[in-house]
Amino acid sequence: MELTVGPNQFFWEAPRWAKFYAGLARAPVDRVVLGELVCSKRLPFYQDRLPEAIEVLADAGKEVVLTSLALVTLKRERRMTADLLAMGLEVEVNDLTALAHLPEGVEFSVGPLVNVYNEGTLAWLAARGARRICLPPELPLDSVRVLARAAADLGVSIEVWGHGRLPLAISGRCYHARLHGRTKDNCQFACGDDPDGRAVDTLDGQPFLAVNGVQTLSASTASMAHHVEALAEAGVSALRLSPQSGDFVRLCRLYRDRVAGGMDGEALSAALLPEVAGGALSDGFLNGPCGADWSGGRA
Amino acid sequence: MVMETVCPAGTPAALRAAVEAGAHSIYCGFADETNARNFPGLNFSREEMAAGVAFAHARGAKVLVAINTYPRAGAAPLWHRAVADAEASGADAVILADPGLLAHAAEHHPGLRRHLSVQAAAANADVINFYADSFGVKRVVLPRVLSVPEIAAINAETDVETEVFVFGGLCVMAEGRCSLSSYATGLSPNMHGVCSPASHVDYAEEGGELAARLGGYTIHRVGKGEPAPYPTLCKGCFTSQGATGHVFEDPVSLNAEQLIPQLAKAGVTALKIEGRQRSRAYVAQVVRNFRAAVDALAAGRPMPEGMLARLSEGQAGTTGAYRKTWR
Amino acid sequence: MPSASQTIPIFPRPAGMMLRPLPLAPLSAALSMLARRVVTRHPGLLRRLGAHDRARFLIDPTDLPLVLCLEPRGGQVRVTAHRQAPRADVRIAGPLAALLGLVHGAYDGDALFFSRDLVIEGDTAAALALRNAIDDAELDLAEELTALPPVLAGALRRAIALAERRTGVALTRVAEGPAW
Repeated sequence: MELTVGPNQFFWEAPRWAKFYAGLARAPVDRVVLGELVCSKRLPFYQDRLPEAIEVLADAGKEVVLTSLALVTLKRERRMTADLLAMGLEVEVNDLTALAHLPEGVEFSVGPLVNVYNEGTLAWLAARGARRICLPPELPLDSVRVLARAAADLGVSIEVWGHGRLPLAISGRCYHARLHGRTKDNCQFACGDDPDGRAVDTLDGQPFLAVNGVQTLSASTASMAHHVEALAEAGVSALRLSPQSGDFVRLCRLYRDRVAGGMDGEALSAALLPEVAGGALSDGFLNGPCGADWSGGRA
Repeated sequence: MVMETVCPAGTPAALRAAVEAGAHSIYCGFADETNARNFPGLNFSREEMAAGVAFAHARGAKVLVAINTYPRAGAAPLWHRAVADAEASGADAVILADPGLLAHAAEHHPGLRRHLSVQAAAANADVINFYADSFGVKRVVLPRVLSVPEIAAINAETDVETEVFVFGGLCVMAEGRCSLSSYATGLSPNMHGVCSPASHVDYAEEGGELAARLGGYTIHRVGKGEPAPYPTLCKGCFTSQGATGHVFEDPVSLNAEQLIPQLAKAGVTALKIEGRQRSRAYVAQVVRNFRAAVDALAAGRPMPEGMLARLSEGQAGTTGAYRKTWR
Repeated sequence: MPSASQTIPIFPRPAGMMLRPLPLAPLSAALSMLARRVVTRHPGLLRRLGAHDRARFLIDPTDLPLVLCLEPRGGQVRVTAHRQAPRADVRIAGPLAALLGLVHGAYDGDALFFSRDLVIEGDTAAALALRNAIDDAELDLAEELTALPPVLAGALRRAIALAERRTGVALTRVAEGPAW
C-alpha cells in the first residue's frame, strides 16, 4: 500500500507552508499533491515557494502532482486552472473544469472531490487519460471494492481517504468571513487564524463540523487505521493522508508502519488520537451507520 | 420571448396542478433512488410518468425527468432503466448529473434531450462547454453559487441554455458536492437522493423549547411560537469559538422574483422552482405567481411583488448568491 | 392559499364541548368504514405509504376533546377515536381546520409546519409519507361521506354539519383557483 499526501486544505503562512513541505522530503510517502485546493485568494501568498518545494520533494524521490481548485467560478480561477499543465507536473483534477483544459491523451489523476461513484464514470475518466483516482470519502467499502476491480481492468490505481478531517462540502460562500461578519471579497484572510479549520459545535456543545473558508470539514479526523487489510484486499493501492498541524512526518511514519504490517489498527489510532484536531477519529463512511461513526476496530 | 417556468411535481396531482397553473415545464422523478428527492410517499411510478407526460403534452407543457443521483457502483442498470423508461414515457428531456450516466444516455438514447443537473455543479463556461462537447448537453441548471453578472458572463461564452433557481429551498453548498447529510445520517443526496432525511429527524420539547435533531445532532432550538424550520443541516444554528448563530445560512428560502428582469437580461432561458416535496397547493400557488411574473416581463409590465413569503421556509426570503454580498 | 395562523379557524370551544359526550364506538366504526372506502377508491394512498403502511398515526385535532388513531395495517385500515391518546408511532396535531385543510389541498403541510400550526412528534418519515400520499389522492371527504350507509354515517354527519355551520372549516376539496 502506497501513501499519498493530499493537498493542504488549510491556509498556512508561507514560511510555515514551506517548512511543512521541506519536512515532507523526509517522510516515508510515495506521492505529494501540492497546490491550492480550497480558495484561489490564498495561492498568491505561497505561489513563489512552489518551485522550491517541488524540487526538494522530487529530489527526495517523491512523485509530485499539482491539484486543481475544488470549485472554479471566477475568471482568474479559470485562468489558474488552464495554466496548471504549464507547470510540467501531473495534474490532479478536483473540479472537472481542469479536465476541460487538459488535451486528450495527457495523463492525469483524479482527486476525492470529483464524483466518481460508479464504473461508468470511472471508465469515462480512464478513456480520457485518468491513471489514478482517489475516491470520494463518502463511498462505502462495497462500492470501493467494485470500483477497484473495474479500475484494475482499466489500468487505473485506486486511492482512498486515509487520514484527515473530511472534506464534506464546498461553497461559493466563505464561512470564515461570515463568522467574522465579513463578505468573501473582504475576508481579510480570516481562515489563516485556524491552521486545522475552525470548530463548529452543536448548541449542546457536541463537536460536529469545522469550517475552512469556503470549505466545510468534519470535526472528527477520519482514519482508515482499522481498515488497511480490508482496503488492500479490495484492491486499493494507496491511502491519502491529508496535512494537519503538529508532527506530520511522525504521522506519516505511523501510517507507513501500519501498512507495512508493523503496527495494528489499535496501536495506530491510540498514537493518532492525541494529535488530531477535534480530538476524535471517524471511519463510518466505509461501513458504519454514518460518516461520523468510529468503528474502534469492530469488524 | 417568454422565459420558461420549470416547476416541481412530487406527485401526479402536483403535476396536474402545476400544468393547470400555467407551468411551461414540469420536472419530476421516478419513485426510487435515481432522483434527488427520494422522499417517503413522493414521486412517480412508470405508469404515472407516462400518464403525467400525456396530460402535460395535451396542454402544451413539457416534462423533464430528473435522474440526478450518482449511480451506485455495481447497480448502474437501475439508472439505465430509468433513462430508458423516461424516453419510453415520452418525456421531453432527462436531467442528469453523473458523467457515466450522461455517456450512457448519449450513446444509447441519442434522441433524448439531455440537461445537466444542478447536482453536477457546473459553475463556469469552460466546464459547461466541456459537458456539451462530451455528452451533447443542451441545457445546464446552474448551481446556486453564482451572481447575476457571473451568469451573464457564462451565457456570453456558451450556446448551452441556462436554467436557474428562483424560488424555494436554497442549497448553500455547491450541489452534488456535499456529504454533510451522510456524515450525520449515512444517507446522502448523491447516493440516496435525500438530504437531512426525515427518518433521522427527531423533535423534542425541552424546557419550553422545541429542539430539532438530525442523526442525534441538535440542528436548532426555537422558543414557543417561533417558526420551526425543518432541521436541514446547513440551515442549523451552531456554536463556534463562543459565537452562536447560523454559521452556514439563515433559515431562509430563495426568492428571486424581483431579479427576473435581470436574469432575463443575463440570457437565462428558464426559471426553476424548487419544491418537489411540497404540496400540490403550494406548487399551484408558486407556479401561478411565477407564470404571471414572466408574462408581465414579456409584456413589459412591472413584476408583481411579495406574494410568496408565507410559503417560505422560516418565512423570510433571500436572493442568495445572485447578489454578490451573499458570499 | 391562506396559511397564516390567524386565518385558520379554530373549532369553537362550546361546539367542541358538545362533541364530548359523542359515543366513541359508532364514531370509530363510521370513520373506519370511511377510511376503507377512501383506500379502495384511491389505491395510490397505500402504495405511497410504502414501508409505513404498518405505522400507527395519531391524529390530534387540538381543538376537539378527542384524538384519532389511524392504522393502515397494510390495507385493513382501522380508525379509532379515543379520549386519551393511545401509543402511536407519530402524532400529527393541529386545529381541525388545518388537518382538514391539508387533506383537501387548502394548505401546504410544510408551510403549516414552519408556522407551527402543525406539530409532528415521532416518526417524521411516516408523517411525510402520509402527507404526500394524501396530497396526491386529491380527496374530498364530503364526497366520500355521501356513499356511507346512513346509520354508520350518522355520527359523522352530525359532527360535520355542526362544524360547517360554526367554523367555516374546509370540509370539501378546494378548487385550485387564484388566491389573489
